Amino acid sequence: MAKLFSGKKRGVRSRGPIVNASTLKNTFDRRSMVIGTIQGGIGVLLAVRMGYLAIAENEKYRLESESNRVNLTLIPPRRGWILDRNGAPLASNRADFRVDVIPERLMDAEATIDSLGKLLELNEARIADIKQEVAQARGFAPIEVASGLDYQQFAALSVRLPDMQGVVPQRGFSRFYPTASSVGHLIGYVGPASEEEYELDRNPLLITPGYKIGKDGLEKQFEQALRGTPGARRVEVTASGRIIRDLETREDIQGNPVKLTIDGPLQDYAARRIGLESGSVVVMDCQTGDLLCMASMPSFDPNSFSDGIGSVEYAMLREDQRVPLRNKVLKGLYPPGSTVKPMHCMAFLQEGIDPEETIVCGGGRRIGNRFFNCWSNHGVVNMGKAIYQSCDSYFYHFAQRVGFDKVAAMAKYLGLGQEFPLPVTSQFYGTVPTPEWKLNKFGSEWQPYDTVNASIGQGYYLTSPLQLAVMSTRLATGRHVEPRLTMNSEPRGFNQVDFPDDQVSYIRQAMSDVVNGPGTAGRGRLPFEDIKMAGKTGTAQVVSLSVSDGRSGPWKYRDHGLFTFFAPFDNPRYAGAVVIEHGGGSGAAYPIARDVMTFMFDPQKGIEALKALEEQWGGTAQQRLDQRYAAYASERGTTVTPPPRRDEDIFDQVEAEARLAAAQSEAIAGDAIAPRPDPAASGSPPPVPEAAQ
Amino acid sequence: MNRIIPDPIARQPWGMLIPLFLLVGFGAAVLYSAAGGSMQPYASSHLVRFGVFLVMASIIASLPRELVRFLTYPAYIVVLILLIAVEIIGQVGGGSQRWLDLGFMVLQPSELMKPVIVIALALYFSSLPVGLIASWRSLLVPGAMIAIPVGLVLLQPDLGTSLAIAFGGGVVMLLAGLPLRWFVGAGALAAAAAPVVFFFGLQEYQQRRVLTMFDPEADPLGAGYHITQSKIAIGSGGIFGKGFNNGSQSHLQYLPEPHTDFVFATMAEEWGLVGGIFVIAVFAIILRWGWKVALQSRDRFSNLLASGMVATIFFYIAVNLLMVMGFAPVVGIPLPFMSHGGSSMLTNMICIGALMMVNRWNRNAPRGGIASSAG
Repeated sequence: MAKLFSGKKRGVRSRGPIVNASTLKNTFDRRSMVIGTIQGGIGVLLAVRMGYLAIAENEKYRLESESNRVNLTLIPPRRGWILDRNGAPLASNRADFRVDVIPERLMDAEATIDSLGKLLELNEARIADIKQEVAQARGFAPIEVASGLDYQQFAALSVRLPDMQGVVPQRGFSRFYPTASSVGHLIGYVGPASEEEYELDRNPLLITPGYKIGKDGLEKQFEQALRGTPGARRVEVTASGRIIRDLETREDIQGNPVKLTIDGPLQDYAARRIGLESGSVVVMDCQTGDLLCMASMPSFDPNSFSDGIGSVEYAMLREDQRVPLRNKVLKGLYPPGSTVKPMHCMAFLQEGIDPEETIVCGGGRRIGNRFFNCWSNHGVVNMGKAIYQSCDSYFYHFAQRVGFDKVAAMAKYLGLGQEFPLPVTSQFYGTVPTPEWKLNKFGSEWQPYDTVNASIGQGYYLTSPLQLAVMSTRLATGRHVEPRLTMNSEPRGFNQVDFPDDQVSYIRQAMSDVVNGPGTAGRGRLPFEDIKMAGKTGTAQVVSLSVSDGRSGPWKYRDHGLFTFFAPFDNPRYAGAVVIEHGGGSGAAYPIARDVMTFMFDPQKGIEALKALEEQWGGTAQQRLDQRYAAYASERGTTVTPPPRRDEDIFDQVEAEARLAAAQSEAIAGDAIAPRPDPAASGSPPPVPEAAQ
Repeated sequence: MNRIIPDPIARQPWGMLIPLFLLVGFGAAVLYSAAGGSMQPYASSHLVRFGVFLVMASIIASLPRELVRFLTYPAYIVVLILLIAVEIIGQVGGGSQRWLDLGFMVLQPSELMKPVIVIALALYFSSLPVGLIASWRSLLVPGAMIAIPVGLVLLQPDLGTSLAIAFGGGVVMLLAGLPLRWFVGAGALAAAAAPVVFFFGLQEYQQRRVLTMFDPEADPLGAGYHITQSKIAIGSGGIFGKGFNNGSQSHLQYLPEPHTDFVFATMAEEWGLVGGIFVIAVFAIILRWGWKVALQSRDRFSNLLASGMVATIFFYIAVNLLMVMGFAPVVGIPLPFMSHGGSSMLTNMICIGALMMVNRWNRNAPRGGIASSAG
């Protein structure tokens, strides 16, 4: 190179003797040598580079080439079934065709969804919902467009796939709940995993199109057991995603079934029997502690929730003041009212009170220096009459005498204010008020009127229907029965005798008289000669007398109707509780208990009673839900607010509101409550939900 | 000199031709695999074209020096007119185009310009009086001869081909003995202008390709896709490759253009490093032979003509291989004798034919004779 330079340094303009044919030839030779050498150098560089790629980085690129070529798709496992005690499915799987979209692979999301909508004949609300979901999605999680497609639609879609990037049609299984809304709160529903759930559990299965996890209720609780093991399919694919051949397929392993103690037909019957009311029915088996029925109505349709909660559907449920999203069995808290009276009597017996000891009810009774009203004037009252006539004065007197601490201890011992070891996502404790509790919570001393209120199940007392059912079972059997929800858990508590037989039979007799004797629930008699139901009515006041008489007026202010029961009264087989929110009194509750028990002992008779009622109501619960949805959608379909993005938000909100609702009756606990006539029949029929807002 | 029939077969440059035949045959095998194990549509037409263009090359090889010199400038003018015609037809037809449909074949005039610019410059410099080699005449006229076609091709726009034309022309100018510092100055100027050209001269997609070269993984599904997949193909081949017809990258269409620009990657995946070394070695043999022909020739015209042809072939090879191995941006330049495509085969066979022609002239010229600038 130096030589080259020196040859040229002789001046640009110079045409001197240095430049001639032979120097040019020399220059040519030198320069071509240099260029040739550079070319050779590049050749060596290329060879070395190739050696580097092919040898040093061979491992890395071999892997990348394999991951290009082989596509591993997970086959979502079929979810385990949820069975009732007799093996009938409460949640099963249905083979169907479905379509998902994967937002991050969509080229033009709007256009793709529009053409999908046209192809699958989706309605506009649904299309809008999908668009919103896609817009909010973070990309990797698939979003369900539709399931339950027929083969024609599926085939039509499959043909157009090359033009629709990010659309995943597949054959799969979807969750199916045969009894629909009857089991909504109990079983819950399934849905695609949310981003948060995926962050928590980085299982690739969670973002596999078509895979859903339990979102609420037992579906969520038993998620791991129900999940199963995904299958896998290794396929060779082209760059455009066309499958060349299957390399290997491993079948999925279905999740394990979960067998519940629930009696499917009973659950369905009870849910339907609640009718237009808002409430819950819990039935337990007195010989095993099995929860046979945990019905809470009105409810949502888990089949429809599992396809994604539509905004119209969500708005309709949200606006319903009977809170169809709340599981009232576990999260409804109500003052128990007079239903706690037999239990209080048991506390008195334990404290040595003679059941034959009488007091005089003069339309009320003086406690300390103040006169407290009874709902009626009962004259001379012993324990039995106090129960079947639900005389308040008796309880004012004896609660004051033994001290409410003792009574509260009994209440807690029998399950009130307690959580039970059940596989449920959450349950509310409620409140059994004691002087200590009141001091902690409000910083004020326990007053005589607190004892008076609490002695008849009012004031700060708050219980859930499940607690009332357990209390009823423990009273009826005299054993410390623990409720159980799955067949694989052991019945517990039967070896623990709580009360002597004579006390148990005294209470049983008194509670039988409530229904079969001169008691407050005369219309609650079972239509059988040989089977008698025992029970206790309760009417829980939620607002002061000046606001509402509890039977008419705004639904929100009406009294709760409660009833605890067991049957047959002399050898209890089943026990339970019925709570009707704002039913206007216990008259709304015990006919339901009567029909449910009738169904237990003679299904045919129970069904006949229900059929007649449903004719008045306009169909079964599910039919009415569907009708309401159709009406609502046509009326309000375009103006609804969409549901929260996360399902968790929905139920957090519902739970917060449930706590708020439970505090309603606390507002009137600051003074003595004027007791309501207990055997009051249901007031006017419950308001039509549409007009309720 | 006027013999149409070539010299006895023994006198052909077999040292170059046999490796070339092997390479074309190997190319056909790779194309057979790229077509999914079929002679159609690539391999058979590849071989047919090679046969046709080999005949053309032998005809070129037999051309007498005087005729070549006589035809050179007219040929340059004709190709220039064709380039302008392409531009006009493109404008009229609305949208750029690079080829002319002649009815019986599709002609890409810019391809023809690559060898033609080399011959034209070789002729110009050989006619230029020796003393003027450091004057403006040796710069401005050839500069214009290069700039006009390069400009036209850039308008198409075809960056790769215009670079190839400029490279061929530049090498001829360098070898013609122009003062080196002009090149140094031009290089410095180019380096200074590069950022300006990059930001204002290049199309957005071209900018992206250049950036991608430095970091292909930054955008593996976009502009970096080609380079990434090509490297995967080459790297996954290992030493002996995945075996004939077993390349998943090409067969499953992960590799873009497996039969044209990325044919080397297709080959390397199935034949591994061994195949790659073979291809590079054959190219080395061909180029070395070309240089030998250039150095052996005794007159300036042949010198420059032969070396310009070598440079043109080299440019194809180097840019293509640098590209598939991730050292150069993705420009549409095929690999000589292996890629499927008529135009590149035509150009390269013209180059080979011209080299064979010079080789024949060398044989016929008295050894050791004094080169004459007048030929």
